[in-house]
Amino acid sequence: MLRVCLRGVKATARVGLCSTVSCHVALCSILFHPSGASRVVVAGLLTVSGGVGGTILYAKWDHKFRAAVEKNVPYSEWLLGLALGPAPQDTGLPIKKRVSSILFIYTASAEATQIISAISEVQSVPAPCDTEAAKTDSAGTAEPLTERPVEEVAARLAQQDQEENNVVASVSASLEDSLASSAQATLQAIGAQEAALQAIGQHTHKLKEAMEAEAPSEEKSTQWKDLETALADRTTSMNVAKTALLKANEALDSLKSVIDKSKGLKVAAARPLILAAEENLHKMVVDLDKVVSKVQSAESEAKIVAQYSELVNEAKQQFHREVSSLTPEIQANWKGLTGKLSTDDLNALIAHAHRRIDKLNRELAEQRVREQIHIDAALEQQKLEDQKALEKAVGTALQHVKEEARLEQEKKLAELREVIEAEMRTQLRRQAAAHTDHVRDVLKVQEQELKAEAEQVLSSKMLEQETRYRQLTQEQLDNFTLDMNAAYARLKGVEEAIDSHVEAEEEARKAHQLWLSVEALNYTLKTASAESPSMPLEDAAEAVRASCVDSDFALALASALPEKSLKRGVYSEASLRARFYSMRSLARRVALIDESHNTLYQYFLSYIQAALLFESQQEAPPTQLHSEDLDAFKLLSYASYCLEHGDLELAAKLVNQLRGEARRVVEDWLTEARLTLETRQVASLLSAYANAVGLGTTQAP
Amino acid sequence: MAAEHGRKWDRCLADTAVKTVTGISVGIVFSVLFFKRRTWPVSFGSGLGLGMGYSNCQHDFRSPYLIHGRVVKEQSSR
Repeated sequence: MLRVCLRGVKATARVGLCSTVSCHVALCSILFHPSGASRVVVAGLLTVSGGVGGTILYAKWDHKFRAAVEKNVPYSEWLLGLALGPAPQDTGLPIKKRVSSILFIYTASAEATQIISAISEVQSVPAPCDTEAAKTDSAGTAEPLTERPVEEVAARLAQQDQEENNVVASVSASLEDSLASSAQATLQAIGAQEAALQAIGQHTHKLKEAMEAEAPSEEKSTQWKDLETALADRTTSMNVAKTALLKANEALDSLKSVIDKSKGLKVAAARPLILAAEENLHKMVVDLDKVVSKVQSAESEAKIVAQYSELVNEAKQQFHREVSSLTPEIQANWKGLTGKLSTDDLNALIAHAHRRIDKLNRELAEQRVREQIHIDAALEQQKLEDQKALEKAVGTALQHVKEEARLEQEKKLAELREVIEAEMRTQLRRQAAAHTDHVRDVLKVQEQELKAEAEQVLSSKMLEQETRYRQLTQEQLDNFTLDMNAAYARLKGVEEAIDSHVEAEEEARKAHQLWLSVEALNYTLKTASAESPSMPLEDAAEAVRASCVDSDFALALASALPEKSLKRGVYSEASLRARFYSMRSLARRVALIDESHNTLYQYFLSYIQAALLFESQQEAPPTQLHSEDLDAFKLLSYASYCLEHGDLELAAKLVNQLRGEARRVVEDWLTEARLTLETRQVASLLSAYANAVGLGTTQAP
Repeated sequence: MAAEHGRKWDRCLADTAVKTVTGISVGIVFSVLFFKRRTWPVSFGSGLGLGMGYSNCQHDFRSPYLIHGRVVKEQSSR
C-alpha cells in the first residue's frame, strides 16, 4: 500500500502526500488499535514522517542543506531525487569568478608574465592597479576556482603576449606609418610654408626694394619683372603651402585618429609609442602652427607692404597721370626719367610738384587731423584684430600648453608607471630569486633523491643483469657439464656395452663349451653297452669341470658325480633292466628271509612260496603305497612295471622298500641303479644348466 | 648279489656234502673200529656231518644278520 502511495507521490505533488499517507496510516492504526503500544508506535511514526517531510521541504528550499544531507545520509539522494527532482547544477557563482580571473589575467602586463612565466599557482595581477591588493584579491578569488594547468596558463599568457605583441606591432606599425606620413606631410607643409614665407619675404623685400629703390628703368622693369615672378612664386608657394598645410592637417588628423584608436586598444606596451607619437604630433602641430603664424605674420606684413605698395603705386599712378597729364610726352615710368626733359617740362614738372606738395601738405594736414580718428579706428580695429589674434594665439597657446601639460602628465604617468613597474619587477625579481633559491634547493634535494633512486635502480638492474649473467653462465656450465656427463655416461655405457658384449660372448663361449662338455658327458653315459658299464666319466667330468671353472653350481655338480661313476662308469638302464629280471627271481626266492627268519627251513619255505606264488609280471604301482603293498612280490611287480616304462627311479624306490634277504640280494643292483640315477641326475642338471646358460647367453639375431 | 647267493649255496652245499661225507667216513671208521660195524655211527656221523653242514650253511646265510657285540668296560668319564 505504501509503495502504491509512493508511486502516486512520484506522479503528483510529492512531499505532502508522503506525510499525509503516514498520517493516514497512523489514524488507521489509532482507529483500529487504540492501545498504549500502538499509541507509542503512532507517535513515533508521526515524528519520523514529520522529520522526513520537513527535511525534504527544507532541502527543496536550501540547496546547500540538500547537498549536505545527500553527502551524509546514505540513501537520501535517492529519496530527495524522488521527491524534488535532481539537484540543480550550481555553476553560476564560479563562472563569474572565472571570468573575472580571466579578465585579471588578460590585463597582466607582458613583463610581469614573463617574470612569472611557468608559475601557475600565483595568478597574480600586476599593473596597472595596486599590485599587492590585486594579488591577494585575485589569489583569494582564484582559490575556489579549479587550478588551471601550467601549460594552459602559460599558453594563454603566451597567447596574450603574442596578441599584445601583434597589437603593439600593428599599432606601432600604424603609428609609425601615420607618424611618418604625417611627419612627411608636416615637414612638407613646413617646408612649403617656409618656402611660402621665404617667397613672401622675398616678394615683400622685392616690393620694398621696388618701392624704395631709385633705379633706372631697365632695372626697374627687371625689378618689376622680378617682382612679378616673386609674386607668382609667392602665390604658387602660398598655394603649395596651403595644400601642404591641408595635407599636413589631414595627416595630423589621421595620426590623431590612429593615436586615439591605439589609445582605445588600451595596450600598455604601446603607451610610450602612443606617447611619443602624441608628442611628435604635438610638436608637429606646434611647428606647423608656428610656421603658419609666421606665414600669416609675413602675409600680413606682406599685405601691409602690398597695401603700401598699392598706395605708393596709386600715388605713383596719380602722380604719373598728373605728370602725364602735364607732360604727355613723358613716358609712363617716371622713374625712368633722365635728362631728356626740357626746362618747361621741368618747370611744369616743378610746378606740378609744388602743387603736388601743397596738395600733399593739405592732405597731410587733413590726414593729421583724421590721423587720430583713423588711428583710433585703426587702433580699435587693430585692438579687435589683436584681440582676435590674441584670443586665437591664446587659444592655440592654451591648447598647446594643455597638450604639453597632458603630454607631461602622460610622460610623468608613464615614468611613474615605469618606476612602479620597475619596483614591482624588483620585488618580483626578489620573489623569483627566493623562488629560484627554493626551487634550486628543492631541485637539489630532488636531484639527490632521483640520483639515489636512479643509482638504486641502476644497482638493482646491474645486480639483476649480473645474476642473470651468472645464471646464464651457470646454466651454460650446467648444460655443458650435463652434456659432458651424458656423453661420458654414454661413452661409459658404450664401453660397458662392449665389455658386457665381450663378456656375454665370453659367457656364451663358456656356456657353449660347458654345453659341449655336458653333451660329451651325456654321450659318455650313452656309451654304456648291454653288459658293460659306460666309459669312465673321469675325462668328461674333467672336461666339464674345466669348462665351468667360474660357475660354482656347475663345479659343485661336476664334483657331485659319484666316484664310482668317474672311475668305473655307469651301467645303462637297459642293462639294469636286464639284471633286474634275474635279480627278481632270486628276490622272489628269498622273499621270506629276513633278520629273524633266516633258517634254512625258511629258505626252503620261501623257495616253495616263490615256486607256488604267481603274481602279475608287471603291475602299475599306485600313487600311494599302503602297508599291504610292501609285499616283496608286489613291489617287484611294481618295479618291473616301472622299469618297463623307463622309470628307473621309481623302480629303485620300490625296490628300496624290500626288506630282509631280498633287500640284501638286490642291494648291488640298487647301488648300481642309484649310481646310474645319480649320474644321470647330475648329467641332466648339468645339461639343464648348460642349456640355461646357453639360452641365457645366446643373443637374438 | 645273486652271485653271492649262488656262491653261498655252492659253499653251503659243498660244505654240507663234505661234512656229511666226513661224518659218514668218521662214522664208518668208528663203526668199524669201535662199534663193530654197526650203522649207527655212520648215520650218526652223517647226521653229524649234515647237521654241521646245515648249521654252517645257515650260519653262512645268516651271517649278514648276525650282530657281533663286545663287552665294553664301563669307563667312568668323570
